[in-house]
Amino acid sequence: MQGNIACAEGAIAAGCRFFGGYPITPSTEIAEHMAAKLPRIDGVFIQMEDELASMASIIGASWTGMRSMTATSGPGFSLMMENIGFAVMTETPCVVVNIQRGGPSTGQPTMGAQGDMMQCRFGSHGDYSVIALSPASVQEMYELTVKAFNLADEFRVPVFLMSDEIVGHMRERIDIPDQVPIIPRKPLQKGTLPFHPDADLVPGFPQFGEGYGVHVTGLTHDERGYPCATSPGLHENLVMRLVNKIESARDRIADYSITNPEAETVFVTYGPPARSVEQVVRDLGRDDIGHLRLRVVWPFPESALKLFASAKQFLVPEMNMGQVAREIERHVDQPVIPIPKLGGNLHSPDELKARLEVLH
Amino acid sequence: MSYQDWFRQDRLPHIYCSGCGNGTVINCTLMAVDELGWKEEETVFVSGIGCSSRASGYIVTDSLHTTHGRALPFATGVKLSNPDLNVVVFTGDGDLAAIGGNHFIHACRRNIDLTVICMNNQIYGMTGGQGSPTTPAGALSTTTPYGSSEPAFDLSELAVAAGANFVARWTSYHVKELTRAIGAGMRTPGLSFIETMTQCPTNYGRRNKLRQVTDQVEFMKNHTALRQKLDRMRESGQKVPTDIIAIGEFVRRDRPAMGVRR
Ligand SMILES: Cc1ncc(C[n+]2csc(CCOP(=O)(O)OP(=O)(O)O)c2C)c(N)n1
Ligand code: SF4
Repeated sequence: MQGNIACAEGAIAAGCRFFGGYPITPSTEIAEHMAAKLPRIDGVFIQMEDELASMASIIGASWTGMRSMTATSGPGFSLMMENIGFAVMTETPCVVVNIQRGGPSTGQPTMGAQGDMMQCRFGSHGDYSVIALSPASVQEMYELTVKAFNLADEFRVPVFLMSDEIVGHMRERIDIPDQVPIIPRKPLQKGTLPFHPDADLVPGFPQFGEGYGVHVTGLTHDERGYPCATSPGLHENLVMRLVNKIESARDRIADYSITNPEAETVFVTYGPPARSVEQVVRDLGRDDIGHLRLRVVWPFPESALKLFASAKQFLVPEMNMGQVAREIERHVDQPVIPIPKLGGNLHSPDELKARLEVLH
Repeated sequence: MSYQDWFRQDRLPHIYCSGCGNGTVINCTLMAVDELGWKEEETVFVSGIGCSSRASGYIVTDSLHTTHGRALPFATGVKLSNPDLNVVVFTGDGDLAAIGGNHFIHACRRNIDLTVICMNNQIYGMTGGQGSPTTPAGALSTTTPYGSSEPAFDLSELAVAAGANFVARWTSYHVKELTRAIGAGMRTPGLSFIETMTQCPTNYGRRNKLRQVTDQVEFMKNHTALRQKLDRMRESGQKVPTDIIAIGEFVRRDRPAMGVRR
């Protein structure tokens, strides 16, 4: 199965019944598959007039209680930024798939990249936190799409599936389970103010059409949902809560695997470079080379780095100029060595081995 | 129940300047909704950004106050995912025709079952009186200090051309007709576009020799004529002054629509 199709199938299995999108290489197969499948299962597919509209439509759909999704690539992702911030501010669960390609601008439409990792974290204006997942295989594309919907509903936040052309267009055999885990949205208790958070800092969801009479606005709002844009304290508390509901759950959201935790040289990867590093570790058969493979990139699981107690250096192969390497630098005292790769090809195992030679 | 029960009592007083025409349009809308017997829990108001778009927040139903220009694609998501909801969009001339112009023509083309009410005050009210795509040629605004040199959009003609099933234009002077048109729009499956010329005394009237609210309302009364009458005048070779605004029902038709209640 192709990666993009696995993404669409994962979404359907997770209960996604609304897809609003605009065609863009290398993500288009997702929209096409949803266009074929959703109408047959009482779902809605709509090709919107642009990506601003796509993002708006899935937020609107989400407020009626639907699990909703869009899929795009760099140029479209840039257009979605304002409404992504709206989803953050209004705590609207939704899933945004970015099948990354080479940028800036129209760049390399048919070549893979990981250049939007910082954009998905910081691309809309103001302070906020989000969740971003990154699959390294077609199997993970399926599984992480399901997971993205569960996290979006649990934390009421847009969740990004940050894949790329390589995994999106890769074909692999995958196992599709009979059933996938579904964690539904927690409804708002009647009598509770619509934006009053529970202990986990996430308010219950007042679905449209259920008689809550909720006002939803991107303006700074109080717990009734009413605009209140000039109180410094209220704004600060709201933004801090939106950030803390994600950051305080970092360890719970974290999803990674660890190879050779005693190693002195540790690769940190997410997405396709993980495959090359796995090959290197297998080929060399040495236990002094470690590998931290992230499936969740944001919020960044910094405690995972500490599990490599003997680490002397972290090597970070990324298909960008070192976006997540910079984040790792913030958390460790050891040297962090980015291994950037631009142009669309994945780091080859030989290339990485050569890097190791130079270091040793 | 009366239309006043649809207001959120705990949100009054509102932000509108005294003499603003937006309040009239909200009243007319709620009177229409009340007459139709819509249920609060089945009705959603969606709006963009601007003075006009603040309207959604004053109504007791579920409401979505979105981003500038994007109310229609948000409303599209709401309506298509739950066609049992009555979805009404409040928007302004800048919101709908400038930043949201592309969404406007596509929502009309798709003919989604929405009621779209545009409060056209021919100016950007909220940001302090800049020119909009409906500012008349020659009119003064903070960004057209020598008079607008651009031609204005005719929003209702645009909606007709783009495919909306119901289109009407009235003004905040024509309260009865406006209420009736909104009700007719709400009953018509497909996209209904109701444009209302509204006075913005603060940012339009003041700069354009319509200092008093009454001057602006008087202007709307004296510078409007039924579209059918204007058509007849043109057909019989009479000259129609360029500052006369056509009002009335522009179209009512039955093109296939999307998102109609099942
Ligand atoms: C993307 C974006 N650009 C600009 C603005 C600033 N802005 C807020 S309201 C507005 C104009 C509103 O004009 P109109 O839609 O005619 O509504 P009115 O206030 O006149 O009712 C603008 C430009 C914004 N909020 N968002
Ligand atoms: S600025 Fe104009 S449109 Fe806005 S509230 Fe005042 S009068 Fe109304």
